[in-house]
Amino acid sequence: MINAKTLDYSFDEESEGFGEPPKAEKAESRFGEKFFLAIVAFGVLAFVVQLLGAPFKGTWFGFLLAFIPIIIGTPIYFFIHYNDTEAGIKNDNVYFGSISAGGILGWLAGIFLIGFYVFLYWKPEYLSGGIEIVDPLARALSGGPANQWFLYGFFYTVLVLVFGIRMFMKYRHNRYQIIRTSSVMFFQFGLAFVIPNLLKALNQPEFYFTYFWPLKYEYLFPGTVSKFVSHPEGLGIFFIFWGAMMTFIAIPVLTYFYGKRWYCSWVCGCGGLAETFGDPWRQLSDKSTKAWKIERWSIHSVLVFVTVTTVLLWANSATGGQIFGEASSTLKRWYGFVIGAMFAGVIGVGFYPILGNRPWCRFGCPMAAILGLIQKYYSRFRITTNGGQCMSCGNCSTYCEMGIDVRKYAQKGENIIRASCVGCGVCAAVCPRGVLKLENGKTHKDRYEGSDKPVSAFIDSIKHFP
Amino acid sequence: MHVAIIGNGVTGVSAAIRIRQLQPDWKITMISGESDYHYSRPALMYIFMGHMRYQDTKPYENSFWELNKIDLLRDWVTEIDTQNKQLKLHKNSSLNFDKLLIATGSKSNKFGWPGQDLDGVQGLYDLMDLKLLYENCKGAKNAVIVGGGLIGVEFAEMLHSRNIHPTFLVREKSYWNNVLPKEESEMVNKLIRKQGLGLKLETELKEIVDNGNGRVKGVITDKDEFIDCEVVGLTAGVSPNIDLAKESSINTGKGILVDWGFRTNETDIFAAGDCAEIIKEGEERNLLQQVWYTGKMQGKVAGESISGLENTTYDPGIWYNSAKFLDLEYQTYGMIMPKAKDSEEHLFWEHENNLHAIRIVTENGSVTGINVMGLRYKHKVCESWIREKRSLEYVFDNLKEANFDPEFYTRFEEDIIRKFKKEQAA
Ligand SMILES: Cc1cc2nc3c(=O)[nH]c(=O)nc-3n(C[C@H](O)[C@H](O)[C@H](O)COP(=O)(O)OP(=O)(O)OC[C@H]3O[C@@H](n4cnc5c(N)ncnc54)[C@H](O)[C@@H]3O)c2cc1C
Ligand code: SF4
Ligand code: SF4
Repeated sequence: MINAKTLDYSFDEESEGFGEPPKAEKAESRFGEKFFLAIVAFGVLAFVVQLLGAPFKGTWFGFLLAFIPIIIGTPIYFFIHYNDTEAGIKNDNVYFGSISAGGILGWLAGIFLIGFYVFLYWKPEYLSGGIEIVDPLARALSGGPANQWFLYGFFYTVLVLVFGIRMFMKYRHNRYQIIRTSSVMFFQFGLAFVIPNLLKALNQPEFYFTYFWPLKYEYLFPGTVSKFVSHPEGLGIFFIFWGAMMTFIAIPVLTYFYGKRWYCSWVCGCGGLAETFGDPWRQLSDKSTKAWKIERWSIHSVLVFVTVTTVLLWANSATGGQIFGEASSTLKRWYGFVIGAMFAGVIGVGFYPILGNRPWCRFGCPMAAILGLIQKYYSRFRITTNGGQCMSCGNCSTYCEMGIDVRKYAQKGENIIRASCVGCGVCAAVCPRGVLKLENGKTHKDRYEGSDKPVSAFIDSIKHFP
Repeated sequence: MHVAIIGNGVTGVSAAIRIRQLQPDWKITMISGESDYHYSRPALMYIFMGHMRYQDTKPYENSFWELNKIDLLRDWVTEIDTQNKQLKLHKNSSLNFDKLLIATGSKSNKFGWPGQDLDGVQGLYDLMDLKLLYENCKGAKNAVIVGGGLIGVEFAEMLHSRNIHPTFLVREKSYWNNVLPKEESEMVNKLIRKQGLGLKLETELKEIVDNGNGRVKGVITDKDEFIDCEVVGLTAGVSPNIDLAKESSINTGKGILVDWGFRTNETDIFAAGDCAEIIKEGEERNLLQQVWYTGKMQGKVAGESISGLENTTYDPGIWYNSAKFLDLEYQTYGMIMPKAKDSEEHLFWEHENNLHAIRIVTENGSVTGINVMGLRYKHKVCESWIREKRSLEYVFDNLKEANFDPEFYTRFEEDIIRKFKKEQAA
């Protein structure tokens, strides 16, 4: 007979969920953590004081007073925090934290980030205090005064570096994560921050070696090309050559061998921010089939949008504006506004704490769309599953920032070949049974049935889109 | 045709999906009193520790069931009427079936310890236990885990994440060494102690002590030591849940007795997964398998049997399993007994940091088992070596290929082979 207590059990796990269990007080003191948090808070305070008009605003003293505590204190805080536990996957409490679980603090963080982006794009005058604070650094690096973009680039780089160190600690047992994180930190700091500013100091056009069309759509727009070509100092021609080569040669070749990860989770700055600062929110990405459907519509629409815009601009410039007149530059403005600012910035980063850390990469980025198509149909990259070892726990799907339901494939023992997979490797890292492995195979042909005929597989998928 | 399935665990679900593939028009009803939808039982710990929410542990979206026309019923079955082919239900009145699959899983063992029914004493098997644990952890500081096994270590890890200090009472000389060979088992001992959990070996539970209000206040061990605790976890194994079958005309032993097509003695009634015991004609011991993947495979074959494929039979294949002891991953392929048989040769390598190890067992020159700790090996490759009775030389030549660790990880295969070859030469 089933006992009466069991028969009486009527908990509604679907709508109520389990929530956070009781926790005992921990005996040890967390002095170190608190101390360095206080240091960081001091830096933030020094920043705010200057915003409110402290006299040393705009001096090196003011800059260092704010940022030394932040840049040094945060990594030490992370170090102490993680060093407290053994190396290994510790996602304890992720779903109990208000910030990490999309609670009120998460929403507030989102609103804060969104506000920042709105000011950045449309009301930079509200950021003038911050711009002034980082001015000494701008002058030292680029020889000119800071503007909102310098401020943004600086914040961005600091976040990537500081949270990169958090990644080092969190995944200190996992060499793939350490090397990958070092890579995004290097590319953000060196190629997306220091070099563009030095170029400016050397009177060259500002140029980002790690961005190309279609993500950095201007690089293949006629206006930019002619501006670079006409630049007196000569590097402009090289920049155009570089950008075009990356777009037309590096993208297909590298993606064939390594999958889209070579760019999205190793090089790209957007990916760099998502993989470092965004890591605490990765679990919030929507895993439903519906979200997948929306994703495929939206990301490919953006790709079409940017391609059409680029083609029209060229047609227009070749014909001296006769065919489309103002139409193509209007399109360009709209692309810049809707996609470049709204989607990539406001939604792309502002919604980290609500939609997970890659809303832009997943739903918007035209570069990801192209890389994804190559990855899906013509690449050696795959995630393989280890026979029958999967026990369907769901950690992999939960922590996939791209919202891929990894478990759906793993529990059937199938390879995971998805256009959106950025190869971050976190699914493999969190799997408690070691089921998943990212691999560059010896051929593209053995990944799924039909992968030996990429063209027909592609045509087939268009017929069934989405 | 109406198929009723008792239990929405991995076995019931695998059967339902298989039946739907083979019989598109049959009506399928899957019944469970535990949850509305199928979830992953091994993921229970992650809900408690905050790695996932309950809904993240569901392997299929809710719409999957409607799409596949598998009806779900949340209720407890209280009786199986084999004569009239009818189930008696707790909330609803009854349900008639044409064919029935019993996939009721297991139950935590309780060995009649004094005080085992006190408040604060519990097993860890289902959502009821999880819910209860939330209650039992209120104000708790210390816990005792009775029995060391796979569930025990998960239970301890859960409590530890809430700063509740667990102490294991383990009857054996070393953790789980009725399954793990000595060296692997010692690695687990070390790890448990290193992470600050209490481990009392060769210690048994004598009595659980009442605080006067029907709630636990501590336990007394067979060495008459008193240990303060507010939670007692009973994780001394599980047994097939055969309550329903036992009260009916269905034959049971340890589990529900079935043939290799999961048929019970009653026509049109089948049983599979944790609750089933497969009769091995002419052998002393029947086959009881109580893990996830066997539930999946058994459910699939049971689904085929139910759908009318007369000749389908279950092939258990080469045994394998995997688990995680705190941060230490463990995989096993083939049958490795805790003590080497005389006819066996055991080769064992362990990294000096105690975090990686491998054991290769051979019998009459061919490989029969592989254990890895803190290393990932390919299931397909290890399985094929054992199935094809490969020689050690062959395994050494191909060992690198079997590694499944992530990219950029240090590979130990060369060290391993060097050590093994030296031992063999000696
Ligand atoms: C904490 C824990 C961790 C585990 N980890 C692993 C692991 O890592 N790897 C591994 O291989 N295995 C693991 N297992 C074992 C694995 O979960 C089981 O082998 C598997 O779930 C068995 O599946 P099943 O479908 O046969 O039974 P179950 O999953 O037990 O499903 C049986 C279902 O039937 C329902 N039921 C029972 N009686 C009735 C009734 N009278 N009326 C209505 N419904 C009823 C139950 O409520 C339950 O939902 C673990 C088990 C536990 C408890
Ligand atoms: S995390 Fe691993 S075991 Fe869990 S569902 Fe994913 S692949 Fe399977
Ligand atoms: S599938 Fe895995 S590797 Fe790919 S994006 Fe998701 S978590 Fe990263």
